[in-house]
Parts: sequence; structure tokens; C-alpha cells
Amino acid sequence: MDINKIGHHISRQFNEEMEDIRNRVLNMGGMVEQQIEQATLAFMNSDLEMAEHVIQQDEIVNSMQMQIDKECTEILAKRQPAAFDLRLLLSVIKMINDLERIGDKAAKIAEMAIHLNGTEHKHKSEDYYEIQHLVGMVKEMLHGALDAFARLNVECVLSITGQDVKVDREYSSIIRQLVSRMMEDPRNVKRTLDVLWTARALERIGDHACNICEYVIYMVKGEDVRHISREELQKKIQG
Amino acid sequence: MTRQKSRSSVIDLDLIMKGRKTTGIEEEDICIKVENLNLFYGDKQALHGIDMHVPRKKVTAYIGPSGCGKSTLLRCINRMNDLIDSVRIEGRILLDEENVYESAVNVAALRRRVGMVFQKPNPFPKSIYENVAYGLRIQGINDRKTLDETVENALRGAALWDEVKDRLNDSALGISGGQQQRLVIARAIAIAPEVLLLDEPASALDPISTLKIEELINELKEKYTIVIVTHNMQQAARVSDYTAFMYMGELIEFGNTSHLFTNPSKKQTEDYITGRYG
Repeated sequence: MDINKIGHHISRQFNEEMEDIRNRVLNMGGMVEQQIEQATLAFMNSDLEMAEHVIQQDEIVNSMQMQIDKECTEILAKRQPAAFDLRLLLSVIKMINDLERIGDKAAKIAEMAIHLNGTEHKHKSEDYYEIQHLVGMVKEMLHGALDAFARLNVECVLSITGQDVKVDREYSSIIRQLVSRMMEDPRNVKRTLDVLWTARALERIGDHACNICEYVIYMVKGEDVRHISREELQKKIQG
Repeated sequence: MTRQKSRSSVIDLDLIMKGRKTTGIEEEDICIKVENLNLFYGDKQALHGIDMHVPRKKVTAYIGPSGCGKSTLLRCINRMNDLIDSVRIEGRILLDEENVYESAVNVAALRRRVGMVFQKPNPFPKSIYENVAYGLRIQGINDRKTLDETVENALRGAALWDEVKDRLNDSALGISGGQQQRLVIARAIAIAPEVLLLDEPASALDPISTLKIEELINELKEKYTIVIVTHNMQQAARVSDYTAFMYMGELIEFGNTSHLFTNPSKKQTEDYITGRYG
């Protein structure tokens, strides 16, 4: 779909309002991506300062969510949008919820970094090799989902949801590893649990990225693809 | 060429309806069938090969820019265009499988079956009661009891009874525009038509009167098949079950209203309802 579709209204002001909403969502997405990046680094490197920064950023993300919500409400009230415009606004209203939740997860990871730093168990980044791979996969998914929104491109959605299956598999295998580590040496339990919560947060971020992809399909194609099988999803994207 | 184009738009609709499991229109639920209708004002063709089925006891809205032919199409249904000398019509309009353009059709009888309400309320300069009773009187019905009952039922049906029951003998010209429009609707339904054609019935009214008319349309569809022309797209979205988008005398898209307003199949429809230039 043509990304210029957002414009071309007879009312130039309407074009500007829609373009503004799109840019704000992309800014919010960029900020959330940065939060994940910094939170995981803070966690792995015990970087207290960076962790604090991530937690502070969460407030900015929250206010972005409220601001975008307000603008969408105003457009709905003033312009009674239809068709693509309506679908775009509805998708954005849902999407910013997922983005805000992702921000919360990043802040949670940062909090754990601070919490761990206060204990006597200081650690090195290689202690967290279990989650490093997961971090990479999840960041890629979120980036892909935001890219799909920016370009109104549904083609890449299948690969992102495919990635989610791999993320779930990776998460299960991390749990198995961590359980066996706790059984080996009970002194590891505290640290291992922190890794487990972080892995859980990352897995949830992957789910939120998939939700964003579903909203993008609704926005572009007008098809509600929640709660359907992968085969049906493929058909709807290609159809 | 033109005919093929509009046929294909109707075929597309069928596919979409099946695909989406939206309410398809069953054969027995069709009240009016428009078949390959062409209309000319002199040399100028105003309607191009229109094919559409208007479902029974539903509200069907025609939308489109000025001059797209929606009022012309509406007026074809009860042959109001016959009054214009230069008009030439080809094709058929079947009302309950009977072509309204057959030469044997009695136009006055047709208009009793297909009532019409216009943009500007046009009550007669008579009392409220006589306005509603008019249709019966010209049919030769003068029995007081029958008239009283019909007038009351029609005014109740038009959601006006409570407002005017104490001043039925006052002049109809003394009530408000919104009340006048409902009075005109009462006059139309007093003779028990099958179909009501509404040509921008609320465009001269304030928002509250407009909502009353919309509420009334919603109630009337239990008894009548309603076809409405409106410039107000939100109104079409609110009151109708099916919407037809017309452009330059062609039927571009016709389908389930909620589908047409959230995910139209044609780009021209999307551009129009979202206020874009094509």
C-alpha cells in the first residue's frame, strides 16, 4: 500500500493531523526500542545509571501514549473518519497500548538490574549468555513491526510471527536451562530467578510485537486477523 | 462498456458478501430490482446501466457527490421523472416483480405504493389533521371514524402524535420545520405504502430534528422498505443497512453499510467517504 495514502485529503489540516499521529507513534516506537536496548544492556552490565535512565524514560513513553490517545479522540470527534482513516486511528489506539506495555517491560528489566546490583552477587555480562540471543530476536521483531506500520507493508508480517514461534521455543529452552542450574546449585536461585523474569519480559515483548503486526494488517487490509491459524493468516495477507 | 462496468461492480459485491459472510440479499427479500437502467435528460445521459437490488424492509441509502444521479435514480422508482419532458428512460424497475415502466401501470396507484418525502417539508396549507387525511379523502374515504383512526396511527407512526394531538385543527404551517417534515412522513404513511423514498429528508433541519427523523426511519423500516438519498455520509452510516455509492451516473459500489464505511472495495468509494481527491 502507498504510504502517501495518509495524505490526499481535501482538508490539508486533516492530512497534517494524520501525519502528526503517524510520526508520534513512530517516535514512541523508537523510544521504546531504545528502552529495550538500554534496559538489557543495563541488566547484563550491571549499569546502574543506565537502568535509572530507562526507568525515567518510561514516564515519557507513558505521556506519549496519553498524548496520542487524546489526539486520536479529537480526530474521531471532529472528523468522523471512515474506511482507511478510521482503521488507522483504531489501530493506533491499540498499538500505543502495546508500546506502552513494552516500555513497562523494559522498565521492569531495568528495575531488576538495580535490584541485582544491590546484592553481593555482582556479575559479568557473560553470566547472561542465556538471554542474549533472545534479546536480539525480540528487538528484531519489534523493529520489523514498527517498520511494517511505517511502510504500511504487510508482507513482512509472516516472518515476524514466524520469529515469535522461535522466541517461544527459545524461552522454553531458557527455562529448562535455568531450572537445571537451580538444581545444580541452590545458591544460584536468586540470580537465576532474575534471569527468568527478564526472559519472561522479553518473551512478552515478542507477543506485543505480534499484536502490532495484527493491527497493521487490519489497518492496511481491513481484515481482523486476531485468533486465527498461521495458514489462515497467510491466506489473508496474500488475498 | 458502461453497462459492463456497473455489472462488474455488482458481481464484486456478491463475491465480497459471500467471502465475508455478511448478510446476502435473498431473492424473496428483494423489494425493488433495478435492471440496466439508463436515463437521458435530452442528449445527456444521467444514469448509466444501473443494476441493483433494494432489499425489503431495510433502509438503503444512496450517497455520492452532487450531480451523480442519486436523486434521479430515486425519482425513477415512483416515476417522478415522467413529469420532466426531456427525460428518456431505458431499462426496467421491478417493484415486486412488476415493471413500473409498463404502459399499463397506473402511475397514481404506483405512487400510492411508493410514497415520497422531499428535502423541504411541503405540508399543504390546511390543518394538521387534513394534511394526514388528504390521501384518504382523494381516494373517496370520508368516514369520520376511519379517518380519525388513520390520522392518529399515521401521526403516531411518524412520532408526532404526542406533540400535535391537542392542536390537530391548527394550520400545519404553524409547526416547526422538523415537525412539518414528520407530518409529511405521516401523510405519506397514512395511505399505507410499501416503499418510502426520502430525498434528503433532514438536510434542512437542525441536529435534534435530524436525530428525530433518523430515529423515525429506524422505526419505520419494520413496516416499509426505505430508500434515502443523503449528502450527509454520517447519516447514511447511521440509518442505513445498505449503501450505494454513485459517481457520474454510475453505481460504483453497493453493499452492507458497515462494510462500505470501514473497508470499501473500490478506491473511488474510499476517496469519497474519507474526503480525498481521487
